[in-house]
Amino acid sequence: MIRVENLRKSFDDIEILKGISTQFKKGKTNLIIGQSGSGKTVFLKCLLGLFKIDSGSIHFEDKMLKEMSIIERSVLRQEIGMVFQGSALFDSMTVEENIMFPMQMFTKKVNSEIRDRANIAIKRVNLIDANTKFPDEISGGMKKRVAIARAIIMNPKYLFCDEPNSGLDPKTAILIDNLIQEITDEYQITTVINTHDMNSVMEIGEKIIFLKQGKKAWEGSNKDIFHTENKAVSDFVYSSDLFKKVREVYLKEETTQESPQHED
Amino acid sequence: MKILTHIGSYFIMLKLTFGKFTKWKILKQLILKDIDTLIIGSLGIVSFISFFVGGVVAIQTALNLENPLLPKNLIGFAARQSIILEFAPTFISIIMAGKVGSYITSSIGTMRVTEQIDALEVMGINTHNYLIFPKIVSLSLFPLVICISMFLGIFGGFMAAVYGGFATSADYIEGIQMDFIPFHITYAFIKTLFFSFILATIPAYHGYYMTGGALEVGKASTVSFVWTSVVIILLNYLITQLLLT
Repeated sequence: MIRVENLRKSFDDIEILKGISTQFKKGKTNLIIGQSGSGKTVFLKCLLGLFKIDSGSIHFEDKMLKEMSIIERSVLRQEIGMVFQGSALFDSMTVEENIMFPMQMFTKKVNSEIRDRANIAIKRVNLIDANTKFPDEISGGMKKRVAIARAIIMNPKYLFCDEPNSGLDPKTAILIDNLIQEITDEYQITTVINTHDMNSVMEIGEKIIFLKQGKKAWEGSNKDIFHTENKAVSDFVYSSDLFKKVREVYLKEETTQESPQHED
Repeated sequence: MKILTHIGSYFIMLKLTFGKFTKWKILKQLILKDIDTLIIGSLGIVSFISFFVGGVVAIQTALNLENPLLPKNLIGFAARQSIILEFAPTFISIIMAGKVGSYITSSIGTMRVTEQIDALEVMGINTHNYLIFPKIVSLSLFPLVICISMFLGIFGGFMAAVYGGFATSADYIEGIQMDFIPFHITYAFIKTLFFSFILATIPAYHGYYMTGGALEVGKASTVSFVWTSVVIILLNYLITQLLLT
């Protein structure tokens, strides 16, 4: 579990995050949504420790990130898997080498053992015939799969994804979403996803946090989001007619399911 | 004030580079790869430039020896002195600032832009050590490149002088042996070692701390070349003043 309390972060006197408090639970896919410039990426980078926070606290289980020793931080980092927006694969390495890299770096296992583990991860993300290819020889969807395989090879406790669907076609985006959710369930990972993809919100948002101008404006699940009366969330999520229709259909279906009970 | 910030950040970067070390097994591979790219990959261009510039130095000297009383062995002497003292260590270093320096800046800069450095940091790797230290180690072999440059420069001078009909081979060889001060070689290698450190670290600084996109990577490479050259020229003056006067 990750607990965030009153998190604040500024750049050059401009406050980007204005006191965010929330919790991300184990085995759940937690989504951070919001418009561009709302502070999603800064929030994620603060959670990862890539940005130093101004005030507030971030707790991984019961340990406060700020108070961790260098060794504790180093251990924590090995428990974190991260999928970057552009996949961030190492250009000079093949797909297999990319996935093997964290294990080569942090374990004393022999290469053959690491390769076996990498192949399990490759299989898990359904990557076929890509082991010896370089990142610039594979498609965007495959790159995301490689990034996910690299993120899970060390059996992380926490998985962070920064816009995992960006630049993907709708079908591949749904496959990636489902893959992340399956992995979260299977390995009981605390997953935090930064997205503005509404399909992801509807499909896998077990917990959703909506950020507006650096503040947490709403919190709930993908079911709650259909009932929300929060104007900022409604304006953002239901900005397209398609999602307005989806909401209408969902609420209608819910009413029809509930009505027989009322009659009883 | 901005330049002071950069100088401060540069020294902080150096401190972090020699901080937590990357696993030796990985570091060894990175060093070997960098030796191949930065040292072996530069031998061709260095050899080509050295040979022909050595030839031009010999021809220019020969054409300026108008007085018949001046011995022809001065061609070899002048070629040796200019190549060993300045051309090989300093000007090859500036050429390398263009070739190797821009490579270092653009490769690290691209890693920054594509979040590969962030990915390494999230994994808990000391990115300064992982990215910069192997380049410092591999460029410590730079004096070998300069050694080859010295030899080929003097050899190029020999070919131009002898086959151009400006001097006999005996005159040229006598010239390159005349009044030889071994300390000049030591001086050349001392400054080369300093330059190699500059060649690895200033371009790395510009790549590591760059922000923006692909266009900025190009800009950072240009800026890094300018600053590397400026620092090499200033350091050259300082080391010459300290060691030869």
